[in-house]
Amino acid sequence: MGWAELANSKPDGYTIAGNNIPHIILQPLQRKNAGYQLEDLEPVALFQATPIGLAVLKTSPIRSLKDFVAYAKGNPGAITIAGSGTYTGHHLGHLQFQKLAGIKVTYIPFTGAAPQVAAFLGGHAMAILANSNDLVQHQDKIRILAMGSEKRFAALPEVPTFKELGYQMTCSIDRGVCVPKGTPEERIKILESAFLKIARNREIQRQMVEQGFVPVAMDVAASKKYIADLTVDYTELVKELEGK
Amino acid sequence: MNENFWLAALQIFTPGNLFFLVFGGIAGIVVGCLPGLTATMALALLVPFTFTMPAVTGLIMLGGLYVGAMFGDAIPATLINTPGTPSAIATTFDGYPLAKKGMAQQALITNAVSSLFGGIFGTIALLTLSPPLAEMGLKFGPPEYFWMAIFGLTIIGALASESILKGLTAGALGLLLSTVGISPIAGDVRFTFGAPSLQAGVDLTVALIGLFCIPQVLEMVEEGAKKYRVIQYQSQKGLFLQVVNYLIRKPFLMIRSALIGLIVGIMPGVGGNVAALLSYNEAVRWSKNKAEFGKGTIDGVETANCSVVQGSIIPMLTLGIPGSPAAAVILGALLLHGMRPGPELFTKYGGTTYTFILSFFVAVVVMFILTVLGSRFFAKMISVPLKHLLPLIAFLSIIGSYAIRNSLLDVAMMLLLGILAYFMQKLGLQSGPLVLGLIMGPFAEQGLVQSLLMGQAAGSVLKVMFGRPISLVLIGLSALSIAWPLISAWRKRTILSEAGSQGRLFEEASDAAVETLMVEGEKV
Repeated sequence: MGWAELANSKPDGYTIAGNNIPHIILQPLQRKNAGYQLEDLEPVALFQATPIGLAVLKTSPIRSLKDFVAYAKGNPGAITIAGSGTYTGHHLGHLQFQKLAGIKVTYIPFTGAAPQVAAFLGGHAMAILANSNDLVQHQDKIRILAMGSEKRFAALPEVPTFKELGYQMTCSIDRGVCVPKGTPEERIKILESAFLKIARNREIQRQMVEQGFVPVAMDVAASKKYIADLTVDYTELVKELEGK
Repeated sequence: MNENFWLAALQIFTPGNLFFLVFGGIAGIVVGCLPGLTATMALALLVPFTFTMPAVTGLIMLGGLYVGAMFGDAIPATLINTPGTPSAIATTFDGYPLAKKGMAQQALITNAVSSLFGGIFGTIALLTLSPPLAEMGLKFGPPEYFWMAIFGLTIIGALASESILKGLTAGALGLLLSTVGISPIAGDVRFTFGAPSLQAGVDLTVALIGLFCIPQVLEMVEEGAKKYRVIQYQSQKGLFLQVVNYLIRKPFLMIRSALIGLIVGIMPGVGGNVAALLSYNEAVRWSKNKAEFGKGTIDGVETANCSVVQGSIIPMLTLGIPGSPAAAVILGALLLHGMRPGPELFTKYGGTTYTFILSFFVAVVVMFILTVLGSRFFAKMISVPLKHLLPLIAFLSIIGSYAIRNSLLDVAMMLLLGILAYFMQKLGLQSGPLVLGLIMGPFAEQGLVQSLLMGQAAGSVLKVMFGRPISLVLIGLSALSIAWPLISAWRKRTILSEAGSQGRLFEEASDAAVETLMVEGEKV
């Protein structure tokens, strides 16, 4: 909704919006009438990455990703995974993993991170695909099976990545800022340097890590490339998955 | 209680903290007073300002605002039949009729007293029982939310004074309205007629203003000065004591409402609007004079909207899961100050946290004093001549509905719903049940779909939907809620038919007497 409004607003450099990847890529892919196209949004900077991880409660009999896959193979559809939304980072992570591991699990969408975490902690779902900050917050109650980052996640160093365990996928939600297409370049430059200054600030970075986020500092060029690469991947993925 | 506890308590009374507590509280009352401005919105606006304050001051201010809004929202609910925030929906059911009877001040005082009680009750629970209560809140999963929504819908029975059929129709309309926009689970778009701006659906506050406020305004215009001669406000001494006396005799009413508010508050994602409606339903069910509800009885004004505040804070502080949208915003403020929910809050940041919790006691008392003192003033406001009052209300409605999402579409929707409600009321379809459908719809839909997914995975949908203890309690309550009006209607008919046959005897006897008299009279 917000991005539709941004796309329709004046490109004067004063109107900016939070940028959320993969959502801005996926929403127009899924819905014909999202109110905007990906090209209508110009990225300015990306400053935060939230890798997504798969976890179960400490009381669960599943002790590792291998256990998880084995159980799922033996009981197709029986494992319930709480996620946030449909066609979001979580949902895609679930679809990717299902395909790569050759298993079938039931994804239960909730309307946000808080409801999904609440349902998982209350035992209503057997597993969860959650954002890194939620995982860090509840780490004493849960067992994290794998993280969707490229390298091991700093705040959870003992948790293997999906890639390490043999599944070629990453799964994360990245946040930044964007402006409507057509915003004059000088204004974008001003915004870019302001946000990058904040993103590179040591203190801010420390706070982000403490809270379970990965600080990132991508400028306009880097952001554009990152989004473009992801778009290619996701478009293919969605086509494949829908064709299934 | 060790000395740290008292130290934390004393912290509330530093000049800075006290100032912001009162400031937040008054801001809350004002926000509560203006339909269209909700507590959540105001909290969101103030959170950035807390950035420069010490954490404890910021939290105290936000807490004060939340509490103030719960006190203030009864004012427009009582005076102009428009809930100041969604938590005051139930207050309109009896508050407005009371105002029409000239008892507006009683209604306002009742709300103040019950909010005071609820607030203290909730804060004690927050202080002492947070961890177990939070765990209990987690036990509510998709099936429980579904059955809670169903239970909420059965309240239509309590609200539909005229005809259950009409109440159900209005409720169904509300459910239909709630589906406009993006479906919560599958993400498909419904009923937007191609307009992207409708994808966000019908906002509840916009609907409230439209459905409750506009029909009254239109009615007042229609009747003109004739019927709506405003009952002149008469200053009465001792009203306060009168109300307090009355309420003290009904401890169960107060305790039950506060308890419901607490429990609903603890449930993640559900806030004051649901709590107030559920406690209204229970108040009706357990009361001895049901017929008075809806026509202006003090019992009806006693709602749970204040203990919800503390209830929603409980899971927020212990687990980081907000119990209501407003609590979510306060969570944001916590995180802003680098404080993370969980055991850390009570140990490392214990001083701040306990001061915050204890400040609720003070906030509730201060708000109580303010609203009781102000009740006389507010009650006088309905004596304002209609020709000034109506345009003012209309103006507030438009500004209020615009303010929510900066959207002219919302204003249009508000007016549309208002006109619709006006005609609906002529047909006997009331706004209360419609709003119920609107609120419960998303909960019911999400709960159902998620539960079906769970059932599919577990191999048995029936077991998931009907096999869980909390669900069974809710199902039982729903069945009771449905059966109760039917049972009491049946009982009423039995009593009436007995009375009727007695009445007939009486009639025959008196006819015979009259005949005798006449015969005698003729003789004479």
